[in-house]
Amino acid sequence: MRQSFDDISAQLRARHRRSARLKWASMGALGLAGLFLVLFFADMLVKGLPAFQQAQIQVEVDYSEQASQIPLAAVQEDVRPLVSRGYLRLIPGRMEDNPDLLGTSRMEWVLADGQVDQYLKGHHAKLSNKEMAVVDRLKEDGRAELRFNSTFFSSGDSKMPELAGIASAAMGTVLTLLVTLAVAFPIGVMTAVYLEEFAPDNRFTQLIEININNLAAIPSILFGLLGLAIFINFFGVPRSSPVVGGLTLALMTLPVIIIATRTALRSVPDSIRHAAFGVGCSRWQMVRDHVLPVALPGIMTGSIIGLAQAMGETAPLIIVGMVAFIPDVTNSFTEAATVLPAQIFTWAGEPDRAFIEKTSGGILVLLSILITLNATAVVLRKKFERRW
Amino acid sequence: MQTNQLLAMFSGSLLLLGLIAFFLARGKAARVRASGTSMYAQPDQYGWFTVMSTAGPALVVGAVGSFIMLLVGAEIPPLLLLASCLVIACIGLVLGVAMVRPDFHARQAIERVIRFFLAGAALISIFTTLGILLSIVFEAIRFFQMQSFWDFITGTTWNPGASFLEAAGRAEEGASAAKFGSVPLFAGTFMITFIAMLVAIPIGLLAAIYMAEFAPPKVRTIAKPVLEVLAGIPTVVYGFFAAITVAPIIVAVAGFFGLEASFNNALAPGIVMGIMIIPFISSLSDDVINSVPNSMREGSLALGLTKGEMIRDIVVPAALPGIISASLLAVSRALGETMIVVMAAGMRPNLTFNPLEDMTTVTVRIVAALTGDQEFASAETLSAFALGLMLFVVTLSLNLVSVIMIRRFREKYRVNNL
Amino acid sequence: MNMKVAQRGDSVMKQDQPGQPVTRNEDANHELSIRVNDLNLWYGDFHALKSIDMDLYQKNVTALIGPSGCGKSTFLRCLNRMNDLIPSVRVKGLIEMDGRDVYEPKMDEVALRRRVGMVFQKPNPFPKSIYDNIVYAPKMHDLVSRKADQDELVERALRDAGLWEEVKDKLHQPGTSLSGGQQQRLCIARAIAVQPDVILMDEPTSALDPISTATIEDLMDKLKQQYTIITVTHNMQQAARVADYTAFFHLGEVIEYNDTKTMFSTPHTKKAEDYITGRYG
Repeated sequence: MRQSFDDISAQLRARHRRSARLKWASMGALGLAGLFLVLFFADMLVKGLPAFQQAQIQVEVDYSEQASQIPLAAVQEDVRPLVSRGYLRLIPGRMEDNPDLLGTSRMEWVLADGQVDQYLKGHHAKLSNKEMAVVDRLKEDGRAELRFNSTFFSSGDSKMPELAGIASAAMGTVLTLLVTLAVAFPIGVMTAVYLEEFAPDNRFTQLIEININNLAAIPSILFGLLGLAIFINFFGVPRSSPVVGGLTLALMTLPVIIIATRTALRSVPDSIRHAAFGVGCSRWQMVRDHVLPVALPGIMTGSIIGLAQAMGETAPLIIVGMVAFIPDVTNSFTEAATVLPAQIFTWAGEPDRAFIEKTSGGILVLLSILITLNATAVVLRKKFERRW
Repeated sequence: MQTNQLLAMFSGSLLLLGLIAFFLARGKAARVRASGTSMYAQPDQYGWFTVMSTAGPALVVGAVGSFIMLLVGAEIPPLLLLASCLVIACIGLVLGVAMVRPDFHARQAIERVIRFFLAGAALISIFTTLGILLSIVFEAIRFFQMQSFWDFITGTTWNPGASFLEAAGRAEEGASAAKFGSVPLFAGTFMITFIAMLVAIPIGLLAAIYMAEFAPPKVRTIAKPVLEVLAGIPTVVYGFFAAITVAPIIVAVAGFFGLEASFNNALAPGIVMGIMIIPFISSLSDDVINSVPNSMREGSLALGLTKGEMIRDIVVPAALPGIISASLLAVSRALGETMIVVMAAGMRPNLTFNPLEDMTTVTVRIVAALTGDQEFASAETLSAFALGLMLFVVTLSLNLVSVIMIRRFREKYRVNNL
Repeated sequence: MNMKVAQRGDSVMKQDQPGQPVTRNEDANHELSIRVNDLNLWYGDFHALKSIDMDLYQKNVTALIGPSGCGKSTFLRCLNRMNDLIPSVRVKGLIEMDGRDVYEPKMDEVALRRRVGMVFQKPNPFPKSIYDNIVYAPKMHDLVSRKADQDELVERALRDAGLWEEVKDKLHQPGTSLSGGQQQRLCIARAIAVQPDVILMDEPTSALDPISTATIEDLMDKLKQQYTIITVTHNMQQAARVADYTAFFHLGEVIEYNDTKTMFSTPHTKKAEDYITGRYG
């Protein structure tokens, strides 16, 4: 006698429950990953957004003869510890540039010390009770407030948190990535064109292919060792410079560009190649005039993604010395420089709590650039996506 | 004379010679053509060919010459080198123009050169691998000349502290001899990797199962790129997050249960690294699960199996080679990950099984050895290369095994998109 | 019972009793297994099955024939709700089995599929050993648990599928190592191991060589002693050889459902005759 539907359904109950459990567990796993992403971004925003604001206080600046010798004398004693050292240091210079200032005194909004900034943002600050009282009074009078932090975007690194900015690191990133792109893009595209369009299918070609896939999976720090041993010690490229960093990153980006270009070339239908051969093109003419233009959007997308990856890379750059302390924005390819992720790394190691905020602020800037780059790549791909 | 000036002179005169070559050859070809003889190639192509015959050999000689000067230190007067390059360029020009004849295949010659260049570019990837291998191996050999290989492999104490004194020839002054036993470093590395895998493999695999088998298409198209964002966050950012946010939480939670945890505990970098690796596993596993043929799913459902049984007993086992391959790649990635551990794990070599204690890893020590103010030839600096060599060997083997497994899978189900 | 001959030229058979075959096959069993009444199916907007009535009898072979795209496979997949896997499918109408509507909300499609097994066009053994291919589902269904019972079940299923002699020495080799015809018989053995009532076969021999095809046809003849077999086939000779009843599908409709002998000698509709004589298809 065979079982009826009801008998079977009764037996199935436990099995259906197990099946549902798998479904919920798998959904939960995906949710967990998403939840982490949300928590992560929330944490970074909470920690980093205050970095875009900086405390300023209004004080009376007295451009006296004494102030040109001892800048501290320019402000009154009670607010002296509250004004940024970096601001005070500039006073003699300003007086030299502008002799009319001598003997005058006026109320000015000046950059406050990092501790005042932390205090106004409600964090723990290393201020004495008396100093806190002064700040409180200034705040009540409307003479202390948080304003947009333009210093963060316009100046280089500093040991004083209120003066530290990302400009020199941003410049270093631009220079380094220019080198990376100039080296990796042509070589990557040429390699891919060779492998896809010219290379015979022999052992040597297979070796190159396996090698490229392998290169993509080698830990990035080993590229740093290569850069140190070959570029710096063997070829004498200046340490810490955008050139050596760019070359090191170029070797890392190469496999990404090669793989993306090959995919783009492969998606060009053979009918285009046959048509080009049919009208008497040579192989190179066919590639140059017919295949590459069609594959270009794919190549660009891959290169942007590779560049974004290189932009976030830190470990190999530390090894080649790109964690230097760079207070001034330079635009030389051969002088010491730092990059955004390395700047973040340096700041993360600073003991001063105010640097946590700077670090998170730098991270927010870096993440927004990376997201913009990747979004551009996605848009580019969507726009030029062709179905054959 | 300055190198810059020499370079400018060299490239300027080469450019000039190139221009002359182009117009001479094109003119000659155009004249031959005008006289009614048919030629194998276009006048422009003859022009370009002559440019290549002029500049190519000269560039090669110049590059080789300066290379020898720079590296071997041979005394070649720079002006002599410059002059000989230009002479060679002129010879190339004359020969090139002479070869402009109707029966000469200028186009094929150009294409051969282009092909040669493309193949040369493809070789660079090989050179990169060789460069990594050689640079690491040579320095590692120097290290093993100073320290015993056996001690490096089996020693349980890593204490390079005094090695710089030895390098300075003042070994006796050091309080204790430097010791390079890498076991605690590898123990720390594997511990953190293990924690990362405990996080990444279950979450990544389950997320892949959900996306491939349960999720409605809409959820899938959103979830995949969102997960990819996790892989796009720079590791230095993860490191900061692990050190500043996750580690204190773990210390607090451990304290709640009456356990003592270090702020540099292994758990924080391990967990954060695991989260970073989730998309590596989920993305590849999702692809593999999707390429399990649908006939397997239909076959099992038609036998009256539930969807869960189908996934657990048929689909996942069928996709297993791909999943294992993805996990191996992830392990290799975790072993070589640097920034997270540099920022969140400890510096102290510590042989322990307690993930709440601080411990250090291979990559941390590599960074520590190379960022100090050490002389390059000191044992501590060179130890970085020895560690790098071990790391290279381990990750390379993992990658190769993973490639072989995915190839097996591909052959089994004849899918080409993996 | 109903010997009335419809007028030639009618596009669809007029049946006095909806669903019953026009001519009765006196050799066949006539206990009802599945009753289909006014079944309609849409893929999105496409009306793929149009008002289908059909009585399917137990311990018979019923063949579904017709040109490709006529809906015969779709119909077959309705019977064990395999179409549920396609999100855009919508079904209306009655498929009754054992007094229950297969599509009623309370119906557990997993339970249904246990009673209505299926063999596919391309052999699809699991990537497991021959032994595990067969024993896996019965173990899940709690039909066997002891090792001895399992061995016995495997042997019985393989004997019933006519595969035992060929594989008895290599039960623990992977199922994929067999030849195509053997794989298909393994799939049949796998299907009968869970003791279903009905076995659906979706062009089971179209991927096979003629010798394997003949073996499987013999097998179907034997299996109908115990099981209701409904098979889709492209091959009209096959339908003529193995089926007791044959239904001719065209553009989503059942044009004619008839005793196989009558269908192939004196079809009652012009369309069926045209198809059978090779005028289209």
